Amino acid sequence: MTIQSPLVAAAEVRFYDLDEHDHAEGHSTMLGFWIYLMSDCLIFAILFACYAVLGGNLAAGPGPKDLFDLPLVALNTAMLLFSSITYGFAMLAMRQDRLRQTQAWLAVTGLFGAAFLAIELYEFQHLIHLGATPQRSAFLSAFFTLVGTHGLHVTFGTIWLVTLMVQLGRNGLIQANRRRLMCLSLFWHFLDVIWIGVFTFVYLMGMLR
Amino acid sequence: MSADPTPIPISPIFGRLSLESFPLHEPIIVATFAAVVIGGLAVLGLITRYRLWGWLWRDWFTSVDHKKIGIMYMVLGLIMFLRGFADAIMMRIQQAMAFGGSEGYLNSHHYDQIFTAHGVIMIFFVAMPFVTGLMNYIVPLQIGARDVSFPFLNNFSFWMTTAGAVLVMMSLFVGEFAQTGWLAYPPLSGIAYSPATGVDYYIWALQIAGVGTTLSGINLIATILKMRAPGMGMMKMPVFTWTSLCTNVLIVASFPVLTAVLTLLSLDRYVGTNFFTNDFGGSPMMYVNLIWIWGHPEVYILILPLFGVFSEVTSTFSGKKLFGYTSMVYATIVITILSYLVWLHHFFTMGSGPSVNSFFGITTMVISIPTGAKLFNWLFTMYRGRIRFELPMMWTVAFMLTFVVGGMTGVLLAVPPADFVLHNSLFLIAHFHNVIIGGVLFGLFAAINFWWPKAFGFKLDVFWGKISFWCWVVGFWLAFMPLYVLGLMGVTRRMRVFDDPSLQIWFIIAGIGAAVIAVGIGAMLVQFAVSIWKRDQLRDTTGDPWGGRTLEWSTSSPPPEYNFAFTPVIHSLDAWHDMKSRGAERPTQGFRPIHMPKNTGTGVILSAFATIMGFALIWYIWWLAALSFAGILTVAIGHTFNYRRDFHIPAATVETTEGARTRLLATGT
Amino acid sequence: MPEITMLALARRFRPALRLLPALVTLPLLSGCGMVVLEPAGDVARQQGNLVIVSTILMLLIIVPVMALTIFFAWRYRAANKEATYKPDWDHSTQLELVIWAAPLLIIICLGALTWVGTHLLDPYRPLARTAPGNPVATEVQPLDVQVVALDWKWVFIYPEQGIATVNELALPVDRPIRFRISASSVMNSFYIPALAGQIYAMPGMETKLHAVLNRPGNYEGFSANYSGAGFSKMRFKVRGMDGAGFTTWASQTKGAGGTLDRAAYLRLERPSENEPVRRFAGVEAGLFDAVVNMCVEPGKMCMRDMMALDAKGGLGLAGIHNVRPLEYDKTAGRGSGPAPDRKMVAALCLPLPGDEGKPVMERRVDLSPLTGAGLSRPGSLPRATFIAAADETSIPTPIPFAKSNR
Repeated sequence: MTIQSPLVAAAEVRFYDLDEHDHAEGHSTMLGFWIYLMSDCLIFAILFACYAVLGGNLAAGPGPKDLFDLPLVALNTAMLLFSSITYGFAMLAMRQDRLRQTQAWLAVTGLFGAAFLAIELYEFQHLIHLGATPQRSAFLSAFFTLVGTHGLHVTFGTIWLVTLMVQLGRNGLIQANRRRLMCLSLFWHFLDVIWIGVFTFVYLMGMLR
Repeated sequence: MSADPTPIPISPIFGRLSLESFPLHEPIIVATFAAVVIGGLAVLGLITRYRLWGWLWRDWFTSVDHKKIGIMYMVLGLIMFLRGFADAIMMRIQQAMAFGGSEGYLNSHHYDQIFTAHGVIMIFFVAMPFVTGLMNYIVPLQIGARDVSFPFLNNFSFWMTTAGAVLVMMSLFVGEFAQTGWLAYPPLSGIAYSPATGVDYYIWALQIAGVGTTLSGINLIATILKMRAPGMGMMKMPVFTWTSLCTNVLIVASFPVLTAVLTLLSLDRYVGTNFFTNDFGGSPMMYVNLIWIWGHPEVYILILPLFGVFSEVTSTFSGKKLFGYTSMVYATIVITILSYLVWLHHFFTMGSGPSVNSFFGITTMVISIPTGAKLFNWLFTMYRGRIRFELPMMWTVAFMLTFVVGGMTGVLLAVPPADFVLHNSLFLIAHFHNVIIGGVLFGLFAAINFWWPKAFGFKLDVFWGKISFWCWVVGFWLAFMPLYVLGLMGVTRRMRVFDDPSLQIWFIIAGIGAAVIAVGIGAMLVQFAVSIWKRDQLRDTTGDPWGGRTLEWSTSSPPPEYNFAFTPVIHSLDAWHDMKSRGAERPTQGFRPIHMPKNTGTGVILSAFATIMGFALIWYIWWLAALSFAGILTVAIGHTFNYRRDFHIPAATVETTEGARTRLLATGT
Repeated sequence: MPEITMLALARRFRPALRLLPALVTLPLLSGCGMVVLEPAGDVARQQGNLVIVSTILMLLIIVPVMALTIFFAWRYRAANKEATYKPDWDHSTQLELVIWAAPLLIIICLGALTWVGTHLLDPYRPLARTAPGNPVATEVQPLDVQVVALDWKWVFIYPEQGIATVNELALPVDRPIRFRISASSVMNSFYIPALAGQIYAMPGMETKLHAVLNRPGNYEGFSANYSGAGFSKMRFKVRGMDGAGFTTWASQTKGAGGTLDRAAYLRLERPSENEPVRRFAGVEAGLFDAVVNMCVEPGKMCMRDMMALDAKGGLGLAGIHNVRPLEYDKTAGRGSGPAPDRKMVAALCLPLPGDEGKPVMERRVDLSPLTGAGLSRPGSLPRATFIAAADETSIPTPIPFAKSNR
């Protein structure tokens, strides 16, 4: 697209693009998805803020030190971090147009994600069994909601991942699927970043406090 | 409601829903219901009689065309406006009656729902759809695009907003609406003090509509950033597009806060968590802070696009370039940023320290600087112009005279000691109606009169437009000046009955004002009807009836499905004015096939499921909620398996359409 | 006492200034009793003055803008072919400077006024004067009044006099008054327009207000924040009386009989509308503190104690089950009855009904799988912590559990 100076005589100025080509489909998808992620990030920001404000309100109940099991959470964190790495491998494979390899790495990512969810569910179940339910105190409400919302995101990410694997199986590495893989990649790494925040802010600092 | 209630049993099939959920004992509601049923059946009957269902479904409901979605948003806003206004009239009558021991005609259960519903409907389901609809229709045309970035998402957003509106309307006849005020402060909105379905209706209506609003915000940002015609740098964008961009940034940066805070409130209500409860360490103040972190930007979401409208209208009808385009743009950006730094001014009286209060008071005042600059810019656009007082310009002048008063009282309320005596008073009510009616609604009416010919190909009738205009302006001052006075007399808001008989006269004046506004609304509906009736006399064949300056006026009225046969190339601000003044030739041959998105019914289906899910959650019908959620998931995933979402309009079709316009342009003018 | 010059200015021009809002709104206003601008208390008067001064400051720019709008609209109408027409004129640096600077200057003035006014009229700040030129002597003790917003009525406790009233607030004139304000269930706002600006009354929180009444007479007070069905009638009488009158009133009330103890308070707390004025000759000690700490209900842990425990890391796993069903709650009468399982945190120093004799901490302590690697076991937290915390509690006397008989 050439922009000509307005000083050029009208006759030479082009006012219509006569030689137009289709916009590539999905040309603003990545931008749109990125903006969506930022809005999602804001939801997490609110949940973090709630935890910061309410995290100390134990209602004479148990606090982080009584409840958190750091080795378990560390294991959990490792699962999610590994899943991000394997997703990265999937993207590398996609770049090299290796469909099978992409799918395989996606499967590994999905398994790590599922393991993360399983461990988280185990942790929740354990807390609830102790009686440390979300209803017990504002601290527990904020904790379950923040961690649970992240967990829900991972759940939807996993469902999306499975859907994408099926779509890759049916249509291969076509442009639309590549774009979707890129979006899921952003989403997956985004959840990783959020988890780093949760791990540091909720678990590690909770143990220090 | 009895003094000794028993908890309502929850059935596994119907949840909380039982025969008693239908307010059959409220004659007003039963009569309304009857009227709605008869009216609804008549409309449905007519649609069936004239076999319009297929047309509606194919051409409108499933349409991904931003213009049609924009119009559907406006229709939704108009319908909900009538509901919201009915609430307003009922309040005015109650307050004018309930003196000297009279209880008026509304009990507190009903009255408290009405003022809550009035606020919720007017903000979320009138102002928001109007504003979103306007941006949807105009922005792609102004930037020379053929649609928005994500056309399907656009359709889905609209239907989600509609789903929220449907839930609010449903609350009128099934169960009840919230009795908490429009922001539903806890602990009052908590399960302990509002155990019935009202707040749940509130939560789910806003949550579902909020999804639509956020997605439409994302969509329009991407559209404006990515789809501008070649040559249109950021500083060559029309002002309306600029204000739309800022509005959508505000939407994306504030609606997630609302989503989060309402989620926490619903967790408190459904799960029994303790975010905003009195006991177990919860903090109601947290809610008040969070809701206003959304709430204050929200008012700028409403007003900013209308600032854009006023800029376009003033410049067009003064026949002049907009004065101070650059400062206008920067003023908009400054307002956008500052709107996040003022939320605490909504609760100076909750015991913050003087330094905190002063900080937020002063930041609030600072917003009036860019706003004032904008007003001066419009003023100096009129200066040395040739002002044609068509209806849009009349609304703009009325806005300038009305809005300054609202702005002044707003700054007054930002002074914390003044707020201590005026907070929650009718002075405050007068203030925000002053800016919302004087700013947002007047702006919308200017916009409707301005762009109606673009959307439908004929102008609006001037006679009825003027009647509507004068009724609105006079009615507004009559209805709200008494409220300023009452506020200074120390009268607080949301009162149902009064002791002091000396106040009654003011409420009666306000009631008369509301009646005059009602005439104004009636005149506007007549204006629409008369204009459709006389459309051939009011026809505009040029596509540019006002001597417009921006790109939407370069195409036909109504614009073809593809907006522009050839994408325009932009060389300066006021691109169409530039093209006209330099004699740009409209190409009449060499058309190519145009790539367009396909219509889809997925948005309608998804939002239908969302409505059912909302309803099921409100009434604790868990199986239905689970089922409809599964439905949403299945349809959404199913939709992603459809890879063929676009098609090409053949060059021959484009040639036919454009040929018709060429002939029309030759015969017209 | 440094006066704000603007406020002083406002006072000097008061009669003239009073006309201005009338000019802004409608000429009908004179004599319609705008209590906000003509209050009977010094604080409210200063706040009203600030309303007037700010309005004038803004009118400095609003009036020219409105005049210019009308003038330009008329002067540059399309029919007037004599007016200059410059279609391409769209920029002037000088004008832009004025456009931005004029509002900026006004806002700088207003901002300074705001900063000073907000600090000077901070409701938490003890009064420095009772009227213009009448500073408060250092030895003057303000009258304490404790205010509780209930559903839907007001309770006023006079700790100094040991009396309490419902929906009636008697105040001596020209004596500084210190309100401590709280609520029992939802948010209300305590507002007497004739006396001073409002401040919220919120459950579990205490707000303060310092004010003074300058003229005897009867005034209106009410809740200025919607709080549910009975909100409209949540009004109370304010009776301003001279010092002697107040003393008489207090001693009359003292002779009236009846005590506002916890049981009476809990009965009063249940939702009701249109409550008549009621007076109590006595008040149970520490009632207001119990209200603020949300522990009027017997056996409920006070927020103060809870926060002290929380600051020390809570009660650990043992504390999880230290909750009991809340048998009576204020929700009755608000709709569909009490929510099924409302709970409260039980106080530590009180034996639970049926649990007498058992040490509190032994109940239902779950020492099973311990989490928190490398940390002291929750059960092994030093017991002294609890005792210390419990010793700080302020509810000494367990009273018989008043079960509501709905």
